[in-house]
Amino acid sequence: MIADAVGAILLATITLYAVLGGADFGGGLWDLLAGGDRRGRAPRQLIDSSITPVWEANHVWLVFALVIFWTGFPGAFAAVMSAVALPIWLAVGGIVLRGAGFAFRKEVRGIALQRAAGATFAFSSLLTPFFMGTVIGAMAAGQIPAGASRASLPAWTGATSLLIGFLFVGACGYLAAVYLIGEAAERGDRRLETYFTRRAQAAGLVTGALSLAILAKLHGSDPPLFRHLTGRALPLVIIAAVTGVAVVALLTVSSRSPDVSAARLRGAPEAPPSGRTRGARPLAALGVAAVIWGWGVAQYPTLLPGTPVTLSSAGAPHATLVALVVLFAAVVLIVGPSFGLLFALRGRQVLRHEGGEIALVPGGAGPRAAGPGDAPGRPGPGSRAAAFGLVAVGALARALWRRVGR
Amino acid sequence: MATTLGFHIILACLGIALPTVVLIAEFIGLRRSDEVALRLARRWSQAMGVLVAVGAVTGTVLSFEMGLLWPGLMRRYGAVLGLPFGVEGLFFFLEAIFTAIYLYGWRRLPGWAHWWTGVPNAISGVLGAMSVIAVNSWMNQPGGFTERGGRVVSVNPWQVFFNHAAIYEMPHMILAAYMVTGFSVAAVYAAGILRGRRDRYHYTGFAIPFVTAAVITPFQIFVGDTAARSIAADQPVKFASMEYVAHTSRHVPEWLGGVYAGGRIWAGLKIPDLDSLLVGFGPGTRVTGWDTVPPAQRPPVVWLIHLCFDAMVGLGFLLLLAGLWALVVWLRRRRLPRHGLFWLLGAVSGVAAIVAMECGWVVTEVGRQPWVVYRLQTTTAAATANGGILTSLSLIIAGYAVLGAATIMILRALARRWRRGDPLETEVPYGPPPAGVLR
Repeated sequence: MIADAVGAILLATITLYAVLGGADFGGGLWDLLAGGDRRGRAPRQLIDSSITPVWEANHVWLVFALVIFWTGFPGAFAAVMSAVALPIWLAVGGIVLRGAGFAFRKEVRGIALQRAAGATFAFSSLLTPFFMGTVIGAMAAGQIPAGASRASLPAWTGATSLLIGFLFVGACGYLAAVYLIGEAAERGDRRLETYFTRRAQAAGLVTGALSLAILAKLHGSDPPLFRHLTGRALPLVIIAAVTGVAVVALLTVSSRSPDVSAARLRGAPEAPPSGRTRGARPLAALGVAAVIWGWGVAQYPTLLPGTPVTLSSAGAPHATLVALVVLFAAVVLIVGPSFGLLFALRGRQVLRHEGGEIALVPGGAGPRAAGPGDAPGRPGPGSRAAAFGLVAVGALARALWRRVGR
Repeated sequence: MATTLGFHIILACLGIALPTVVLIAEFIGLRRSDEVALRLARRWSQAMGVLVAVGAVTGTVLSFEMGLLWPGLMRRYGAVLGLPFGVEGLFFFLEAIFTAIYLYGWRRLPGWAHWWTGVPNAISGVLGAMSVIAVNSWMNQPGGFTERGGRVVSVNPWQVFFNHAAIYEMPHMILAAYMVTGFSVAAVYAAGILRGRRDRYHYTGFAIPFVTAAVITPFQIFVGDTAARSIAADQPVKFASMEYVAHTSRHVPEWLGGVYAGGRIWAGLKIPDLDSLLVGFGPGTRVTGWDTVPPAQRPPVVWLIHLCFDAMVGLGFLLLLAGLWALVVWLRRRRLPRHGLFWLLGAVSGVAAIVAMECGWVVTEVGRQPWVVYRLQTTTAAATANGGILTSLSLIIAGYAVLGAATIMILRALARRWRRGDPLETEVPYGPPPAGVLR
């Protein structure tokens, strides 16, 4: 029972990492695809200023997920880390290169070096989620033997794993583009708003197609998982599908809606972003979260599919699991109010200046300037999303706690 | 693993102690309305922002490596030693958030309110360090769990966290972090003074961190001495390697320097009875030698352990000397020493402190070999069975060289801008955009 709670916590941290950190990787993807120096300058600047403050700290969620995994389910953790060591190494390399490339780009002189550093940053942003995806894919496809102690290439190079790797890249790009629309809108840059709207739509379609392809593949190769995905996990799958369609539809409608065109005609740069574009952000995040939880629910109670390893059989001793739940509660209780303080200070305009962001804020998937369109004292959409996320996580933890207590 | 840890440990030290040094500077600045101290605090906090970001990356890499390199350890003891890491994660989170608030609050929050936002930062740095040291000391003195048939069946988190070795390892490492930070920051300004930048800004920038570190040094020597005595009791083989005690005996001499090879000690300075005296306050104290365990259970490179231990102790006393010099001159003349040698000492004190800390780390890690968890699991059993260790090692070294270069470059670029005297806060990678600057 308590092992299930820890499993849910693990999934929650993965979700937070995907929703908050995924966009950072996606930003790198759009940076990579932005074209030549001249053409790509404007979108690159937007990506750069959106990513800068938040992103490395998003890795804290990843560290949490790893710690919970190895503490809660040490045997399974060791098996995963041994069997698919290669893609994990590559993902780790990507994280390091990304950080270095990003920092270098700002500091080095000379366009050639800047270009090299930028390419390193962008390219590793592409590789890291891909390899993480193949790892998750290898787990989901049941390619990891319970007692694995040696790396295996076939484990993560199967069609399912590779497809899930591409899905991760697509989802990151999708999240990033949707978030960046809002960024552009808050800065009143209509051109970039349209630019990222198109990309969000494209990424949404690609991600949707990939999801369907994976479902089709699972139908043939992994009937039990497919059955659960279309059985008890069906509501989540539907949510994922509906939010995906809704976001693409919203973006299509809002990019054609008269108020935006009118604003563009009037040339009013301060026109507030349309409500519909804003709604796209939480919807996109919700969609990605639904995919992750769909996977979790479909696989439950198995931890490593294809083996008899379940959450409870792989779980650490009881006291450890209890301590993990307490620890997570402490994270929610202590880190939550700290975030609250940060946002409250900003909301009250104590920490006031013209646009810009707080460094290293792990919550909120991008810098949320209290933009010119925002009334003073109102937190930006990002802080609201983060607050909502925290409340949701808290409620979830409480519900689980009650179940465990029974 | 060693490479990444060796790199991360420096960042971790700065993460632990830099917030405190910044707060001290800001405290002085606020208390005495000292514009220079305030400026220093603001600039250091920018560097702190960069270091926290880089630390986040290396920390992520480390947590991956725990599984990639030590699957055997994690499989068997992950349930035990994972918890302190989780606690560390909590405190790192807090540190990241409050670093953000602190950085962002410059010129935006009233003085003392801003100072208080830095306090959680300093506290979580220390508590986070305690969690990580709990893991390391647990590996030296494992406890707080029961094992049946090679599987951990129950865990007592409190006993894991506050294990037997934690009592002396925690203060030793945390004080080391303060020394590393204090002397490193001071060394930057000492180097500037040596180059002729003799102004109030540089003297203040030197004095605040230097005094912090120098005050701590004697305490550190005391704690280290206590720790060594505890190691003699708890991990006698490690202690025997540190002090070249081949055979259990009384009247054990102390060796300064020297290389142990083929059963003999070459080029070492021998002080009769001193080791026994240090261990038990009497020349007749019996000291356990490494002959008490079979050769397979002894550390591999005894001379490395011994020389590292000597280097650490020697550098500790060198740093103490630097502090005493400053103290004597201060008592007599109410100013910092003017002698060039003092500033040279100040300029190398940062490197000296870092080397001493890394040496201490080598002693505790290599000295425990061949065990990864003392007397329970060997390093071979814990390590990954996958090949390509050498490849991954060289890749790691290359990656970290890049990362280290990036960090140093950013910090140097920051210093350049400060020297140019940009009137406003400068923008740093990972940092917040400068206050009051229109985009």
